[in-house]
Parts: sequence; C-alpha cells; structure tokens
Amino acid sequence: MKADPVKRSLVLALLVLLLSGCSGNWGWYVVNPTTPSGWTNLKFMASGAYYTLGMSITAILMSVVVGLLVAIPGLSQRRSWRLFNRTYVEIVRSVPVLVLILWVYYGLPALSGITLTVFWAGVLALALSDSAFQAEIFRAGIQSINRGQYEAAQSISLNYRDTMRYVILPQAIRRILPALGNQLVYMLKMSSLVSVIGMQELTRKANELVVSEYRPLEIYTILVLEYLVLILIVSAGVRWLERRLNARDT
Amino acid sequence: MPIISLRNVSKNFGDFQALQEVSLDVALGERVVVCGPSGSGKSTLIRCINRLEAHDSGEIVIDGITLSDKPAKLDRIRCTVGMVFQQFNLFPHLSVMENLCLGPRRVLGLSAQDARARAMKHLERVRIPDQADKLPRQLSGGQQQRVAIARSLCMEPRILLFDEPTSALDPEMISEVLDVMTELADTGMTMIVVTHEMGFARRVADRMVFMDNGEIVEVGAPKDVFTAPKSERFGTFLKKILSH
Repeated sequence: MKADPVKRSLVLALLVLLLSGCSGNWGWYVVNPTTPSGWTNLKFMASGAYYTLGMSITAILMSVVVGLLVAIPGLSQRRSWRLFNRTYVEIVRSVPVLVLILWVYYGLPALSGITLTVFWAGVLALALSDSAFQAEIFRAGIQSINRGQYEAAQSISLNYRDTMRYVILPQAIRRILPALGNQLVYMLKMSSLVSVIGMQELTRKANELVVSEYRPLEIYTILVLEYLVLILIVSAGVRWLERRLNARDT
Repeated sequence: MPIISLRNVSKNFGDFQALQEVSLDVALGERVVVCGPSGSGKSTLIRCINRLEAHDSGEIVIDGITLSDKPAKLDRIRCTVGMVFQQFNLFPHLSVMENLCLGPRRVLGLSAQDARARAMKHLERVRIPDQADKLPRQLSGGQQQRVAIARSLCMEPRILLFDEPTSALDPEMISEVLDVMTELADTGMTMIVVTHEMGFARRVADRMVFMDNGEIVEVGAPKDVFTAPKSERFGTFLKKILSH
C-alpha cells in the first residue's frame, strides 16, 4: 500500500499525544472516540472536511482556468495584452486573502446587487487570489518550452490554438505540475480563512467546539492533524499524477 | 516561372545585417545546396522563405504568392513549404505516429485512418515503419531526423527546406539521413539544403549557392564551382572544409 508511511506517521503522532495526555495538562476525553460524547465531537469536527475539500477543489479548478486565461496575454507580442496580464497579476497578488474574502462577501453584494452564498463567496475569493499565482506559474511554464517547438508547429501550419493545445501546453503542464500541487496545498490551508464569514469548514467547526467544550489545546491539535492528513493525501495524489504523466516519457 | 523567387531581400537583427539584398530564383524540382561560413545568413535565408523570420525589405514570391503578414496567405505558403531543422524539433510528448499525424489531422482535416495511412507511407519512405509507436527520445539522432523528414512529408509540401539537417548528428548517423534526402531528391522534390556535406552537394545539387556576410557571393553548378570557384572567398572556404 502506498499510504503506509502516512498511516504510520499518524499512528505515531496520535500515540505521542495520547501518552502525553497522561501528564494531566491534557483532557483528551473531549475527542475520545471510545466515549459517546467524544465520538460525537470528533464526527462534528471531521464533518468540516467536506467543505474544506469542496471549496479548495472548486477554487483550484477555477483558478487554473482563470490563471491560464490571464497567462496567455502575458506571452503576447502586443504590449496592451501584456499590460493587462501585469495589471491583473500585480493587483490581485497584492490583496491579502482574508481581505479578499471579506470584500467579496460583504462588499460585492453592495456593489453589484448579487448576493453570494458563503460557499461561493469563499470559492470566488480563494480562486481569484490564487489565479494571479497560477498565471505566473503558467507563464513561466510556457516560456520554458524551447522555441524550436513553436517553429516546428509553424512549419506544419498549426494555428496558434492548436499549437498551444497539442504542442506547448501538454509539455508545459508536465513541467508545472509540482508547482500546481503546491498551490493546491496552499489552497487547502487558505480555505481555513473562509471560517470568518461563517463557512462550516474544518476551522469553523473546531472554533465552535472550543466555545462549547473549552478544551482548545486538544481540539486545535486535532484540527492540525486534520489538515496534515488532508494535505498528505493531496501530496501523494499529486506525486502519483506526476509519475503517471512522466511514465510515458522515460 | 520559378517556384521560389527572392528579389533584393534584406534582414537585420538589430545592427547585424543577416541578409543584404539577396536575390535568388529556384525552379520547380531544382535542388539547391547553400553553404558558407557560420553567420553568413544561410539559415536566415531559408527561415525567411517559410516566414519563420519576417524579411525587412525586398520581395519573396513562393508558388505565385507574395509573402506578407496576411495569416491566410502564410498558411498556404507553410503548407507548400516544409522544413527540417538542425535540432529535429520533434514533439517529445507525442509518439512518432502522433508527431506525423498532428498536421494532417488538424491542418489538412484528414480522418484518423487516412492520416495514419499517410504517416505509415512516409515512415516506410524514411525506412523506420517499425518505430511508429515509440517516443522520439527512444530513437537515435539519425532516426529522429528521419522522423522529422517524414513529418514534413506528411504535409505533402512542394518545397522542402533543410537547415543543417546533419549538423547535430553523430558521424555514423549522417549517411542514413543523407541517403533519405538523396532518395527524396531523386523523386523530383524541390529542395533547398543548408549543409556542409560537400559530398552530398556534389552528388545531389543542381546548383551551389555560396554565402558570406549576408550576401550571395557565388552561384554555380557543383562540377564547376568545386573545380574552379570564381570568387576568392568561396575558394578559401572550400579549401578549409575539404582539406581534412
């Protein structure tokens, strides 16, 4: 099994924490799966994973698309198109994610009359914020492809769209996959900020439990572990994808 | 009427004059070998012919079409003119077969079946039909260059340009590529070949073009220029590359 190292490190981490619980400072009962209340609390916390994952994955898909659409004009010969790319990247990159979340949720309705649900406000803010970085990643990836590839595509009369679609992007994607994996990890972590507008994701659930149980140490420790598990799984998935894409090339 | 006609073509890269008032006519079915020291403008010359570089002044007419920036015209010219590069420039993520089928399918609108059939025909012509499903990097340099030639042929061009096709190859692989090119010449393909392979030039070329400093210095039949070059510069050049 591929997940073996992940499992082993998790069991080890839990063991260390449980053993340290003997010292009296810890009150593991709040999340003890063998007691009914502890089990309920654990389930309550874990249920946030649904929105954490849902928001992150939706947002990363959107930001990849937007990022690519912003990256392409950045490669243009035309100055005005490059200027659009620079302006977008510089502005979006400078806004803190938390600020963007607040602006989209509280500001955008006042501006446009469109009210977004908490989920979609979160997704939109996360996707916007990440798209500037995706644009830079795509631009660098596409620029790293040898000029000879464009010339070969030109010499068989491929138009710009087909050159990108069949020749340049498939090669660029392989090169930027590790960077895209990184962005997904960032996204999972940044999604915790959407808790401030009331999204019931992992962090919000933990906060709510802390308020009722008053055991922040144990509950936030579990929260840390939840993110750790999610991100280890995602990283393993990205590595698997990299191996699969590169398998043909070796 | 010549199929390729260049009139006073000039091209600058910044301050560097890559081509200075170059004029050249190539007839249908003619094989022209272009030689000259590095930086003499040979590559730029053929890159201007299929518009990988835009010339600054003068006129280039290919198959009755004057080269300009109009995209529709460019597409027609690029379908007429094929190009083989020094570094092969195969698409590394696609198999040999996919490399060959991409243009016919996307540009000429052939069905998958027809494109494959055409690709196999040309792979047999360059004598590597058994490598169709391999990736370029699994092939030797000579095989890769032959795939690149087949890729150009799949577009069924009327003119083939070769930009130092054997310069990136190990010596033992040069002949397999030159053999394929010689056969191609025998079928009546119009070819402009930039190369230092003088044996190939002597065997195949109808005309030799010698370039230096962005100018065409001398043009003549191989049997004449090899025995008695008219210009001193060509003579010195020939002495240098034939001496060893």
